[in-house]
Amino acid sequence: MRKRSTDLAIETSGLVKTFGDNRAVDGLDLSVPAGTVYGVLGPNGAGKTTAVRMLATLLRPDGGEARVFGHDVVREADTVRGLVSLTGQYASVDEDMTGMENLILLGRLLGHAKPAARDRAAQLLEAFGLTEAADRQVKNYSGGMRRRIDIAASILNTPELLFLDEPTTGLDPRSRSQVWDIVRIVVAHGTTVLLTTQYLDEADRLAGRIAVIDHGRLIAEGTPGELKSSVGAGSVHVRLRDPAQRPEAERVLARELRAQVYLEADPVALTVRVNGEESDRAAAEQAARALSELAASGIVVDDFSLGQPSLDEVFLALTDRPATTEEAAA
Amino acid sequence: MSSTATETGTTFAPAADTLGAVLMPGARPPRPSAWSASVTFGWRAMLKIKHVPDQLFDVTAFPIMMTLMFTYLFGGALAGSTTEYLQFLLPGIMVMSVVQITMYTGVAVKTDIEKGVFDRFRTLPIWRPAPMVGYLLGDLFRYAMASVVILIVGLVLGFRPGGGPVGVLAGMALLVGFSFALSWVWTMFGLLLRSEKSVMGISMLVLFPLTFLSSVFVDPRTMPGWLEAFVNVNPITQLVDAVRALMAGTTATGEIAWVLASGAVFIVVFGTLTMRLYNRK
Ligand SMILES: Nc1ncnc2c1ncn2[C@@H]1O[C@H](COP(=O)(O)OP(=O)(O)OP(=O)(O)O)[C@@H](O)[C@H]1O
Ligand SMILES: [Mg+2]
Repeated sequence: MRKRSTDLAIETSGLVKTFGDNRAVDGLDLSVPAGTVYGVLGPNGAGKTTAVRMLATLLRPDGGEARVFGHDVVREADTVRGLVSLTGQYASVDEDMTGMENLILLGRLLGHAKPAARDRAAQLLEAFGLTEAADRQVKNYSGGMRRRIDIAASILNTPELLFLDEPTTGLDPRSRSQVWDIVRIVVAHGTTVLLTTQYLDEADRLAGRIAVIDHGRLIAEGTPGELKSSVGAGSVHVRLRDPAQRPEAERVLARELRAQVYLEADPVALTVRVNGEESDRAAAEQAARALSELAASGIVVDDFSLGQPSLDEVFLALTDRPATTEEAAA
Repeated sequence: MSSTATETGTTFAPAADTLGAVLMPGARPPRPSAWSASVTFGWRAMLKIKHVPDQLFDVTAFPIMMTLMFTYLFGGALAGSTTEYLQFLLPGIMVMSVVQITMYTGVAVKTDIEKGVFDRFRTLPIWRPAPMVGYLLGDLFRYAMASVVILIVGLVLGFRPGGGPVGVLAGMALLVGFSFALSWVWTMFGLLLRSEKSVMGISMLVLFPLTFLSSVFVDPRTMPGWLEAFVNVNPITQLVDAVRALMAGTTATGEIAWVLASGAVFIVVFGTLTMRLYNRK
């Protein structure tokens, strides 16, 4: 009954939201297939939150159309609210109340009778590892626990579509991977997840498709593989012991990796963007070969790493300029 | 209640089976009724009083202070004796305190909006005014509490209402009902204004003149003509006169009708504006 894989969970065309002169969302077209994780990637101020808020019926679009499972977010807002849940960028639970009270409150508001709401709250707390913290005020939770109670609140009635707005920003690596695991389990049970993030690796790990947005516009869309191949598989960073060997190292790397070598400000460091057409594995192999060639030429390498392309590099590749953050743009 | 959170998350690993079990809840229950949703929000307001009890300070200590202060400050000069003045002042000071407390409604709305819980409420498929009605239900409790506190202080000081328990209760009910209606003005400002401070500022700007320039402290007939004219059209004067009459056991049908009518207007006008802003936001 929850199989809708052929439908679209979200469909927008020409979606616009302006704040004064600022076109926060500027003609956005999105198609999100049901039953998948869809990543929306963009720097600060790109318009991610604004777009999500329109889709979750919190903001009224100034132009264009948006449909959630075929229902218009303005005209059929009430139907849409019955299908979606939102975990906002900032905590959307009541910090003065305990975890238990928050979940009971939502359970009651979603139509559960008192005992049922209490049972469901206890079950959710258990599943999210928060039983011990059940009777503590949320303001005393750690960042990771807060995120979990927030997500628990969002899946109380197992929505058809779950919005997660930057669910891992500010979390430590362990808490991030917990959130990732939760997302995978939720989507495996048939809920469509739209996730916004500033991290390419997060979108890469979770999402079936990714939309890259900047200044409220879609600048690229595709599977993580498609996006990465347009960007390059990543960068090889090399640090030498002897700065005098850098010209020689530059020649070797350029030959082996067939790519432009950047000389860093640090006189012993070099960076090479690995060729885009190759898969990750091939890139790693190329890098390994380059490393042994460096050794064969008698160049001493102190440090070596193969990095995923960063959001900055994605933007560089897609727009020929670095990701402008809100502050930098202003 | 430890101050720093012991991180239970360090041992937590999301498990596919336990999480999977909560993701298959069976049929969703039907939506709650308008009443049930509102009462649930009212329950939340009560829980917040439990967790942040300092907010009760405004409805207990402050009214006690006002009653004592004005009784002894003006009693001798205005009515010859404090006990005599108290018979006149107490219903007035009760109105003044409760009406001034209404401004915290707007502040509470604003605080929630800034915290983001509000977004969650607004994405729920429930009767739209429920969160707002919930605040006001919680406020009813605070209004009732402030009224009772003032009544007790009054009785201790020598307030002897001629209307008896029935009259006193009727007076308090009218006051609490009117304050409920008036609160919609502040929910509107809570949604409209940019910060908690400005909500507070506007509320005070309106409430102070409205409560002081009324029949709370003295009979308007003792005032200069221009002031008397203003005081007589001030809805707070009507409310004070109605409550005073009910408590004293005299008739004030005109004033009571006027209070009920203006309360209805507040709910219709500001309730509508509040809901429009709430849906728009
Ligand atoms: N309520 C508002 N009033 C005025 N401007 C706003 C409002 N909300 C957002 N903006 C502006 O709209 C633009 C997009 O903001 P938005 O919050 O959607 O970006 P974002 O991609 O979510 O950024 P972040 O990664 O920082 O969360 C920004 O320039 C922001 O300043
Ligand atoms: Mg955002």
